[in-house]
Amino acid sequence: MREFATEVVETDVLILGGGMSGCGAAVEAAYWAKPLGLKVTLVDKAAIDRSGPVAMGLSAINTYMGMDGKVTSNPRMPERFAEYVTNDQCGLARQDLVFDVARHVDSTVKHFDKWGLPIWKDEAGNYRKSGEWQVMISGESYKVIVAEAAKNAMATLGDKGQIIERVMITHLLKDDKEPDRVCGAIGFSVREEKIYVFKAKATIALMGGAVHVFRPRSQGEGFGRSWMPPFVSGSVYALVLQAGGELTQMDVTFVPPRFKDSYGPVGTFFLLFKTPATNGYDGAYVGGYPEELKAWEPYASAKPCPTPIRNYEMILCAKEGKTPFLMHTNRVAERLKSEITDPKALKKALREYENEAWEDFLDMTIAGATNWAAHNVDPLEKEMELQLSDTVFIGSHACSCGSWTCGAEDLMPKEYVDSFPEQYNCMTTVKGLFTAGCGVGACAHKFSSGSHVQGRIAAKSALKYANDRKGYTPTLSDATIGKFKETILKPMSVYDEQCAYTTSDDVNPNYISPHNFLFRLQKIMGEYVGGWETLYGTNDKLLEIALWKLAFCKEDIEKLAAKDLHELMRAWETVHRYYVGEACARTRLARKESRWPGYYYKFDYLKLDENEKHFVNVKYDMDKNEWSVLERPMIPII
Amino acid sequence: MPSYVITEKCDGCKGQDKTACMHICPNDLMVLDKEKMKAYNQEPTYCWECYCCVKICPQQAMDVRGYADFMPLGAASTPLRGTEDIMWTITFRDGRIKRFKYPIRTTTEGSIAPFEGFPEANAADINNLMLLGEPDIMGVTALPTKK
Repeated sequence: MREFATEVVETDVLILGGGMSGCGAAVEAAYWAKPLGLKVTLVDKAAIDRSGPVAMGLSAINTYMGMDGKVTSNPRMPERFAEYVTNDQCGLARQDLVFDVARHVDSTVKHFDKWGLPIWKDEAGNYRKSGEWQVMISGESYKVIVAEAAKNAMATLGDKGQIIERVMITHLLKDDKEPDRVCGAIGFSVREEKIYVFKAKATIALMGGAVHVFRPRSQGEGFGRSWMPPFVSGSVYALVLQAGGELTQMDVTFVPPRFKDSYGPVGTFFLLFKTPATNGYDGAYVGGYPEELKAWEPYASAKPCPTPIRNYEMILCAKEGKTPFLMHTNRVAERLKSEITDPKALKKALREYENEAWEDFLDMTIAGATNWAAHNVDPLEKEMELQLSDTVFIGSHACSCGSWTCGAEDLMPKEYVDSFPEQYNCMTTVKGLFTAGCGVGACAHKFSSGSHVQGRIAAKSALKYANDRKGYTPTLSDATIGKFKETILKPMSVYDEQCAYTTSDDVNPNYISPHNFLFRLQKIMGEYVGGWETLYGTNDKLLEIALWKLAFCKEDIEKLAAKDLHELMRAWETVHRYYVGEACARTRLARKESRWPGYYYKFDYLKLDENEKHFVNVKYDMDKNEWSVLERPMIPII
Repeated sequence: MPSYVITEKCDGCKGQDKTACMHICPNDLMVLDKEKMKAYNQEPTYCWECYCCVKICPQQAMDVRGYADFMPLGAASTPLRGTEDIMWTITFRDGRIKRFKYPIRTTTEGSIAPFEGFPEANAADINNLMLLGEPDIMGVTALPTKK
């Protein structure tokens, strides 16, 4: 085994991940840690200035109520949002969690405004909304600004506020004396040969969602254009599972309908520009399949149409052979030309449309802009294709996968109380382990602002938890740490021991590279578990084969090989993705209906069944290698 | 659309322990070849084309080439990021050029004081539901709860 140094960091509250939730957690934690005299440590796999899915920027804040009424349209209250989210997820949502995000989210957006995020406003200073819940921003530096606030907040704690970058967390640690309590985490630096051990009273896992579990559509260089960034590897889901925690709705992944290949965003084109989209023959695919959708009532005729139903219309259209889908950006320009007669005003309106259309891409999906330019397409003159893209796990978006998480004391239905060993807002079913953002399941439509504010909620709750246990010190023996260290470094040991056997280290019968392991996982997920390869369809027989094949993958985790630190990071990302994949396949097998047909459907249960209207949760016992499936009831609060 | 480094322009950030691109890449893709003192993208197929490296490179030695598997050659989106705004130059394959400028922040870099204007946290308030600045910052008098 290579000689890695070990650094032990003792802290009170440990924040894992520095994306939107992590930065929200850092600000809030720093605020409360000061009077409580507690220490806060944030760990990120990258540099927090540009880590997480907002690294590139964003062109809109998708969750905002406008409770003060200072918006250009549609001021809303949390009840309405909870109704909307429940409907969008076809009747299943933890309304207590959704409501909690909604009632706090305006405060986070007001902080962003104060910090310097350019939010579009009218002359009276009202936020410019583009849809029911969306506020437009010029968000190239969104993450830089949010990270600066987090860093400056942590700096007020002096040596009790610590940010450690470029450390990949591989495992959560359990207390030697209390095996059901998380007492920190362990991982390694991706830049120097060093293991990091973090001991904490409360741990908040905020490493985001997961892509590359299902196979992306582009297989060459475009492999990395996975819509959500390729560096989100499902660590929260995997770590919660491995710690014995309960995950919910791991079947309810998201399939984003986006501009084809480049995955440029569509929200602003639909909501702000009212851009028409059609099938390849200029026919409507939205609203084009009323007969087929009858099996999804009452959600199919609900307004607005739930995302998975809208997606399913695209699937039905594709099955009819009527693709390509076309986004007629040019028709917006034609509409302006027909509506505005004054040449000067028309010129101004067209220029504004062009500016905003390009900004939408350049703020958050630069590839979309380059793809227009590479095809000589001016969006004012020519349409571009849409497509249903890769299946992703993103519990903060129009998607429900994540941890089964404790809600606020004034909101959570009493029926859920028993599922948590201790009741603290945003705590998982494992003592001492909190989560937020993509980590929280059945709580869709948080997006960037909701993730940030849920990170804040989780942080305040974790601070309270640590404060309530001021006398607690984690017990972790050197033997426990040594065992983890050996496990973490095993891919390097495998490589060192075996690489000389063949003339090229690429192909070796005694190990598998993280990249090849990932391809194997993606092939199984895509072909058996309902990826784009089958137009998102699966059935129980396919899922049973998937689980049989996944079991071989799991055994081969022992044969992962890494030649350097970078590959060691890829190895552990891949292991985390594996657990996300298995949790998804098991949940899809357990669910005997097709509630979200545009995300995945089952050929053998091709309808929505209100008798199946409950949450499907999974748990994993790492020591026994045993999975269990649980049903949790849907209890509305509004 | 993997990022690439222009040999002539890269100076390896003059031999510091890490280059700007290594510091910022969210996916740990950039590596410095210390013999040549040039950085390179070690894993182009894992590049998200977020342009974080392009925007931060002090030598403007980095750019991005459209993913070979679906983008025809010859186009570019080139940023010039300042302290208040970003200018983009879009070069089409056929040579057409478009230029756009967008604001990026309304405050001075480094100036954010997240607790300024708010009272210091009171230890006893750890038990209530209010977060930093609430409820005043939201323009409401109380936090909504279920009826």
